[in-house]
Amino acid sequence: MASRARPLNLTVLALAALLLALVLAPLLAVGWRGAGMSLGPADWAAVRFSVTQAVLSALFSTLLAVPVARALARRRFPGRAALTTLMGAPFLLPAVVAVLGLLAIFGRSGLLNQGLIGLGLPPISIYGLHGVVIAHVFLNLPLATRMILQGWLSIPTERLRLAQSLGFGPAETFRHLEAPLLREVLPGVALVILVICLTSFAVVITLGGGPSATTIELAIYQAVRFEFDLGRAAGLAGLQLMVGGIAALGAWKLTRPAGFGAGMDRNLALAAPRGWRRWADGAVLTTCTLFLALPLAAVLWRGLPGLTDLPASVLPAAGRSVLVALSSALITTAAALTLALAAARRPHPVVEASATLPLATSGLVLGTGLFLLIQPFAPPMTLALPVTVLVNVALSLPYLYRILLPETRRLHADYGRLSDSLSLHGWPRLRWLVLPRLARPLGFGTGIAAALSMGDLGVIALFAGERQATLPLVISQLTGAYRMEAAASAALILVILSFALFWAFDAGGRRAAA
Amino acid sequence: MLQLDHVTLVQGAFRLAADWSARAGSRIAVMGPSGAGKSTLLSGIAGFLVPSSGRIRWQGEDLTDVPPGERPVTILFQDQNLFPHLTVSQNLGLGLRADLRLTSHDRVRIDEALARVGLEGLGPRRPAQLSGGQASRAALARALLRARPILLLDEPFAALGPALRAEMLKLVREVADETAALVLMVTHDPQDALALGGDLAFVADGKVQPPFDTRALLANPPPDVQSYLG
Repeated sequence: MASRARPLNLTVLALAALLLALVLAPLLAVGWRGAGMSLGPADWAAVRFSVTQAVLSALFSTLLAVPVARALARRRFPGRAALTTLMGAPFLLPAVVAVLGLLAIFGRSGLLNQGLIGLGLPPISIYGLHGVVIAHVFLNLPLATRMILQGWLSIPTERLRLAQSLGFGPAETFRHLEAPLLREVLPGVALVILVICLTSFAVVITLGGGPSATTIELAIYQAVRFEFDLGRAAGLAGLQLMVGGIAALGAWKLTRPAGFGAGMDRNLALAAPRGWRRWADGAVLTTCTLFLALPLAAVLWRGLPGLTDLPASVLPAAGRSVLVALSSALITTAAALTLALAAARRPHPVVEASATLPLATSGLVLGTGLFLLIQPFAPPMTLALPVTVLVNVALSLPYLYRILLPETRRLHADYGRLSDSLSLHGWPRLRWLVLPRLARPLGFGTGIAAALSMGDLGVIALFAGERQATLPLVISQLTGAYRMEAAASAALILVILSFALFWAFDAGGRRAAA
Repeated sequence: MLQLDHVTLVQGAFRLAADWSARAGSRIAVMGPSGAGKSTLLSGIAGFLVPSSGRIRWQGEDLTDVPPGERPVTILFQDQNLFPHLTVSQNLGLGLRADLRLTSHDRVRIDEALARVGLEGLGPRRPAQLSGGQASRAALARALLRARPILLLDEPFAALGPALRAEMLKLVREVADETAALVLMVTHDPQDALALGGDLAFVADGKVQPPFDTRALLANPPPDVQSYLG
């Protein structure tokens, strides 16, 4: 049903313009400063490494996720619900914590190498390309699994019944049901992970480094922090924008959201073949669970004893992190809701652009731009926390917008005309219609934004001195100094705070909706 | 007097023309094949759809640019007439004050309206705890409270059985009598049109024909109405 043509609300336009400025101003600063810079061989090496590790990470995550998703789709066993929930967790798991856990297993004195040495074999190193790829697979395999599993569950029930009545065996099922599905789903999954890995920073700063394993993001960081070469940083940021921005906007157009909250259950399961395939599925699920759970258990194991004896820097950093997370989550949610409500009423290019453009950037690109803008007027360090909040808002806005838009659209379709006919506008509409109807997605989205912001290590590394450090930065510094026990304790606190924030908002939203 | 003065409503490639008027307090059944534009006509009068040409007037006042909530109109949709997260009383209260700052006098009026439609004591319930017929009654109670001079019914009783529908029609007539409202009701059933009494506006081929006495029209239908009735 068409609605009345109304001019776009001024508040909405102002907000959209502000968000666009928040992204475009740093980009312009980067372009201005970086234009005409000639790139050296080290810079091209960074480009090559960025792309190589991202492609490998995307390939491995996607391909390894296929058997896991298939096993989850066709088997029913105790603990399956817990396992699918566990698959949702790494999305909220701070990357610094994942790295720490992987070091505990695959690191120099980790479990794996102790085993190898015990057997008289040479130890392996987790640093370099393969380490970066392992960490990215750890972080993205669950995401890929959930996206593929969702595809599996979208096979219509009628088609499954048809397959059963035709007596399909595993080979026919694969050929007629699964292969077409995978052809459709896998490219999108791989592209999403490619984009995530192209801008990965927290993993690479610990497991990468050196001339052979530096990404563009890491090179930007080094240019700003160690070489004080802002021109080069700007040039690199421009490069990152070209490489990552194109991929990100492409992925955004091509793929659907993974639907982390959606139920992953259906009564009619796929036909579950017996025989050796049963054992194969069991082995796949066991391996995957161990790969995901062992590093986290190691962090817990190492971190628990040190909780009573934390380095002095940890608690103040935790306080700053919570403050940053709460501020950016609330600002992001308010902004995303305003834009999504306006877009549900009438799609508008400025609103759409302001909610999508941040995807083309990265934390370090925006950070470099803001650094260049602030530096002539004030020491950037003094603004480290506000800048971190702003960048987190910009980077999580597209996700929140995407979570909320289907909800505001449905709200508008269901109750827009009734509300209009009752003159329900402004604050009463928010109070009596929007907040109660959207409490659930709003709580979920705010929780996601808070947890992401809590665990983010990116722009803060560019700006912060000792007195502005957030918890992820402190953990990264402790890890870099090989103070693993202290790092694990701090990581435990970070994980608990991240999930507590997510849980508080999510549960709050669900309770308000009930 | 409701005046549709050379009104053209456009939705995508669909165009609907209407050029007639109706006296205050009259009863008009709107009939026609599905997709002919019955709901489009109601959307235009309710203000959800702005005419691409022509004017809509009520008692001489031009409504064309008045937003839906400020028109002298109450509309009942096919479904979603009640907010599921609010109580029945709150749903009625929205008809009195959009910000729900209700006075004790307002509350008394809400309880009276509920009693009037046979929902005494059901105010604290949520819509999900009502039957289909009760939900329709609640929506009619809100229409009673709002007492706007035009009542638009976009097949709100389509999901109800015949007996319940007849009951609702009776209630509609009573509500319309009490508020002296002009009623425009979309329906597929000639019996409903007869039960409403008054006139019938036939919608077909992109045009709303002027309302004509229902009994006479159905007794001696012109070819297009005849082919619709079958």
